[in-house]
Amino acid sequence: MTAVQIEVFLQTLIAGLLLGGLYALIGLGMTLIMGVMKIINLAHGELMMVAMYIAYWMFVLFHIDPYLSVFIATPLLFFLGVAIQKFLINPVLKVESILPENQVILTVGIGMVLASLATMFFKSDYRSTPVSYATDAFYLSDYWKSSPIELSVSVPWSISFVIAVLITAALWFFLAKTDTGKSIRATAQDLDAALLMGVNVKLMRVATFGIGAGLVGAAGCLFIPIYYLFPALGGQFTLIAFVITILGGLGSTVGAIIGGLILGVFESMTATYIGMGWAPVGRFVIFVACLIFLPGGVASLLRKKRFGK
Amino acid sequence: MLEIKNIDVFYGDVQVIWDVSFEVKQGEVVALIGANGAGKSTTLKTISGILRPRRGEILFEGAPIHKFEAYKLIEMGIALCPEARRLFVEMTVEENLDMGSLKGEAKKQREKTKEMVFELFPRLKERRRQLAGTLSGGEQQMAAVGRGLMSLPKLLMFDEPSLGLAPILVREIFNVIKRIREEGTTVLIVEQNVKQTLAIADRAYVLESGKLVMQGTGGALLNDEHVKKAYLGV
Repeated sequence: MTAVQIEVFLQTLIAGLLLGGLYALIGLGMTLIMGVMKIINLAHGELMMVAMYIAYWMFVLFHIDPYLSVFIATPLLFFLGVAIQKFLINPVLKVESILPENQVILTVGIGMVLASLATMFFKSDYRSTPVSYATDAFYLSDYWKSSPIELSVSVPWSISFVIAVLITAALWFFLAKTDTGKSIRATAQDLDAALLMGVNVKLMRVATFGIGAGLVGAAGCLFIPIYYLFPALGGQFTLIAFVITILGGLGSTVGAIIGGLILGVFESMTATYIGMGWAPVGRFVIFVACLIFLPGGVASLLRKKRFGK
Repeated sequence: MLEIKNIDVFYGDVQVIWDVSFEVKQGEVVALIGANGAGKSTTLKTISGILRPRRGEILFEGAPIHKFEAYKLIEMGIALCPEARRLFVEMTVEENLDMGSLKGEAKKQREKTKEMVFELFPRLKERRRQLAGTLSGGEQQMAAVGRGLMSLPKLLMFDEPSLGLAPILVREIFNVIKRIREEGTTVLIVEQNVKQTLAIADRAYVLESGKLVMQGTGGALLNDEHVKKAYLGV
């Protein structure tokens, strides 16, 4: 390989990992909800779209940096998630004649309503937040003068990635170390046993939907400085989150993080080596390949390692 | 302490428990025995609030617990070691024990109770950081009993604790139950292993097809002709 080829490869890998970190955050929210509720939230991307509009209007009206909007949009989305669970999903769960797999359809409807409301209020224009540092980048040669190759990393992408990692670490701490976090994991693993331990599983469901919505809300704020926004953007991200959840193995948080990184790198490689427009094709190639060759996702490999079976 | 009064329990439209009444007094070991499908586990599930009686009452220290949310019972002092253990298999042994002590006094005493559980089951201490799903059947049963004890229960209920265990482990589990009782916890146990259960029970009730057909002291039932013929195979 020539120096240029190595440069292109490393540049693509870095871009993929940065994208993957954000994907992981989107996938984590869906995975958490999947784990506890046993349903795929097909309004996930639309929730992200709502958060992006919050960040957008905060930027336009009050000149609040989208990264600071994480602290505004995340709690707002948490409460939106809680409200959706409490007033829309819970009443449907109570109806015994609706099979659990059909409850998913409700989330499709919620997604449609959110996207249509956004179109009604904000029109279908493409929007973005022109932050001052949008085109800034770190260059390897600034830090290592005699570097044989040149690599650059965009400033907003780097900030988004670092914040995504911090949020993921905070989520890990919450799930692993606090009683509430353990209760959420317990509810996902065995609902009746959790009930016997004194876990208020109804409350956990509501809280989990809120946390999942909050996570994707944070992801929306991290995406808007590097992406653009329009009302129908949600569907695409719902699909991305779905692919990540499948890659990770339904309901596994570690799997979702690895799945997000794999998808990010794979899309980035497809874009570089096959063509920009082929990235979504790459996404579905890896999705189908995963279903055929590793139906349990990354989680099944982890499980094999941990349980030896 | 625990009074079951004339309960009827249904799965959908199918009635599985018919007018069952019994009581457990403070400090006793009471056994509920019967064949497969007699309604023993259903009775325990109803007491612990996972199922609801359509008729009748369940009183614990005078409180009508059949009207309470299931998750509130553990704080009142009722714990169940469920059938087939039902550990959280993707959590460590220690996290499983933590799950047993989420509320009130049990949470404050968590580290102290944990030491007591580790003293009772030294194997669990060795494996505290291991995932519960990687334990052997016997160790899983110990973890499930330990998890039940973590809530500092007044009444500890066991659903088929000997199921799937080697005879030597069965004896160990029964010894542990005796010890738990000696330390002042009231025990309600459901078992198919009739002989060993009746040997440690103060009193026992026999369930057949969802109806209570017999009751007596453990010793008396062991010598009863019907029990001998139906459950002891002699």
